[in-house]
Amino acid sequence: MIEPLLDYVAGILIVIGAIFALVASVGLLRLPDLYTRMHAASKAGTLGSCVMLIALAVQSQDLAISTRALAGVIFFLLTVPISSHLLAKAAHASGYRMWDKSVRDDIEGFVQKTKKITRN
Amino acid sequence: MTIYLGVILLALAWAAVTGSFTFPNLVFGLVLGSLTLYLVREQRGPFRSAFRPGKVLSLALLFVKELILSAWRVARLVVSPRMDLRPGIFAYPLKVDRDFEITLLANLITLTPGTLSVDVSDDKRLLYVHAIDCSDPEAAIKDIETGFERKILEAFR
Repeated sequence: MIEPLLDYVAGILIVIGAIFALVASVGLLRLPDLYTRMHAASKAGTLGSCVMLIALAVQSQDLAISTRALAGVIFFLLTVPISSHLLAKAAHASGYRMWDKSVRDDIEGFVQKTKKITRN
Repeated sequence: MTIYLGVILLALAWAAVTGSFTFPNLVFGLVLGSLTLYLVREQRGPFRSAFRPGKVLSLALLFVKELILSAWRVARLVVSPRMDLRPGIFAYPLKVDRDFEITLLANLITLTPGTLSVDVSDDKRLLYVHAIDCSDPEAAIKDIETGFERKILEAFR
């Protein structure tokens, strides 16, 4: 009784996760610059991967596999923001320009300062 | 006190990753956890903090809700035929001042709707945040202030 139900739940979760992963990759193609692309990659991508790992945890019915999948979810949530933060920071520090239609940049002074340091 | 909590969390993580909650494996996890914390003892610095499990749980729930909302909004933006973008970077004045709180806040900001933390100023007073819709930075600052930052202050002070 419960087993087919779990299969359905896992199936639905996998489809949802796959849709979010697809949307993340479409976002990578359509958005104009690195910073906006990181939005798509870090959010939709993380949620997609996490939902699919949760589907695995639900479907496997094996404690060893479930705990590993859930640990994977937690490691995703811990590491993805750090990598996207570092990418954005590195891009900005190396002078990668924001999209033309960007409306505001409060770090401007910071970038000029680091450039001066590298010139000296 | 918190250092024992750290060792226990590491042991549980070890048990979860190896997939076995038997007694010898948990003890092995405790040994590995203590060893790890011993190795990073100098980088870690003194770690003193209050810890309120209820508030931490409510922070975690808020986070999951915001993550789902955020992915949903990015998804809608990306598939809409005319993407209406006004991206920009604004400076967020930090109220939290300890390293782990800033890290936590920056991570939470990255995974929530429309914002991505880019950098922290050298004096740790400003967090630079990239917003996908930066037409109203004041509102975004207020959102973070009354949302995550207050919850972090409640949970760890």
